[in-house]
Amino acid sequence: MFEENLPGGGLWSWRLRRHTTLRLTDVEGGANVSLMAYDAAEPLDRLNLPDTLKAQYTARLTRGHVLMSDMGHALLSITADTCGWHDPLGGHGNAAMTEKKFGEATYQEKRNDWYRNAHDNFLIELGKHGLGKRDLVANVNFFSRLDVDAEGRMKFHAGNSKAGDTVDLRAEMNVLVVLNTCQHPLDPNPQYAPKPVKLTVLQTPAPAPDDFCRNFRGENQRSFILTERLFLGA
Amino acid sequence: MSTFILTESKLDPAKAVYDFTLLAGDGWMHEIKRGQTVRIVDLEGNQAVDTLFYNAHDLTDRYSAQDTIREQGGIYLTTGTKLISSEGNVLATIVADTCGRHDTLGGACAAESNQVRYALDKRFMHSCRDTFMLQISRWGHGATKCDITHNINFFMNVPVTPEGKLSFEDGVSAGGHYVELRAEMDLICLISNCPQLNNPCNAYNPTPVRLLIWN
Repeated sequence: MFEENLPGGGLWSWRLRRHTTLRLTDVEGGANVSLMAYDAAEPLDRLNLPDTLKAQYTARLTRGHVLMSDMGHALLSITADTCGWHDPLGGHGNAAMTEKKFGEATYQEKRNDWYRNAHDNFLIELGKHGLGKRDLVANVNFFSRLDVDAEGRMKFHAGNSKAGDTVDLRAEMNVLVVLNTCQHPLDPNPQYAPKPVKLTVLQTPAPAPDDFCRNFRGENQRSFILTERLFLGA
Repeated sequence: MSTFILTESKLDPAKAVYDFTLLAGDGWMHEIKRGQTVRIVDLEGNQAVDTLFYNAHDLTDRYSAQDTIREQGGIYLTTGTKLISSEGNVLATIVADTCGRHDTLGGACAAESNQVRYALDKRFMHSCRDTFMLQISRWGHGATKCDITHNINFFMNVPVTPEGKLSFEDGVSAGGHYVELRAEMDLICLISNCPQLNNPCNAYNPTPVRLLIWN
């Protein structure tokens, strides 16, 4: 339907209509897309990563998984994924962390090459939809991976995503997607070097009864049923 | 195998300025002043205590599970863990812990997530997020559902495998184990003493916890 090229450190939001798909493409390799999601009609109904992870017994996200809301609804299904591991643990960085890690590069000095940070980018895009600090939720980091060892320590997994890797997110209801392309907060690269991402919004069919994501687990089936109830009689 | 570091407290319960037993399935919302220490005691063992903290002067500055685990570089909470807020501030520090591991990935049970996880007809069982809702509604000060964010589960054990699987293991707690936190700013603490009966997080038998505060 349309396509946008989001530079590294960029910010974006969109009301993704039910059964359309947002494709994220890692253009150069090593990108990171931090994402939050809300019911476009009632944003109090919002992405809840603990519910998402425990329902699917996973601490990584890939094809088959469904991003669920705190009200038990299916927001986004991961219908395709050439990367294989997306991080739901690491969260996102803020201005203080960005300055500590990369130094300072202000707009006054650098114009649009200034150093942006994910926290402020989220607040800007949330604000465009009447949302703010209290609406920040735990975010997914697409294209990034953290490994957790037996002691619980987390380590950034370099080289997780290659140039051309894509992940498809199908909206199961009308979903407000808020995202940005700042570096993962545990990316050890000492340089400010966020990577660009191509965003493609695609018209896709409604999930068939044998849909992979819907049938991935009984939990996903029940989440789909609760979501479909929102649209009964419409 | 993972290592558990157990740290006992020297504080005397007889000298606490507050001592309250929170019954199974009940909620608690209370101010804790900067410098005060709060202890949560798992009286009978294997009881999940779902807990959130807020800056008492600004509810938008509240506990963030992702910031907390990332800044300490590990997913488990224990002695030495600094609880980090969504605005990057230190809310509290865990100063004693006789359990050794606490979860912050599993979140709180809810009527709706019980429907997803177990069966559509489980909606009407008591849940932590219903407890949170009632507590913040009574608390007022403009608190709403968007302030119910991703909590700590004291006394719960939720390991992540190298393959990225999330597992819910047997509790590592036992009767009398406790965790103690020092408030690094004026805080509001919100607790649901978990009523979940669909999984072993409370050993299928929710039990009371004791809450103590020292100056």
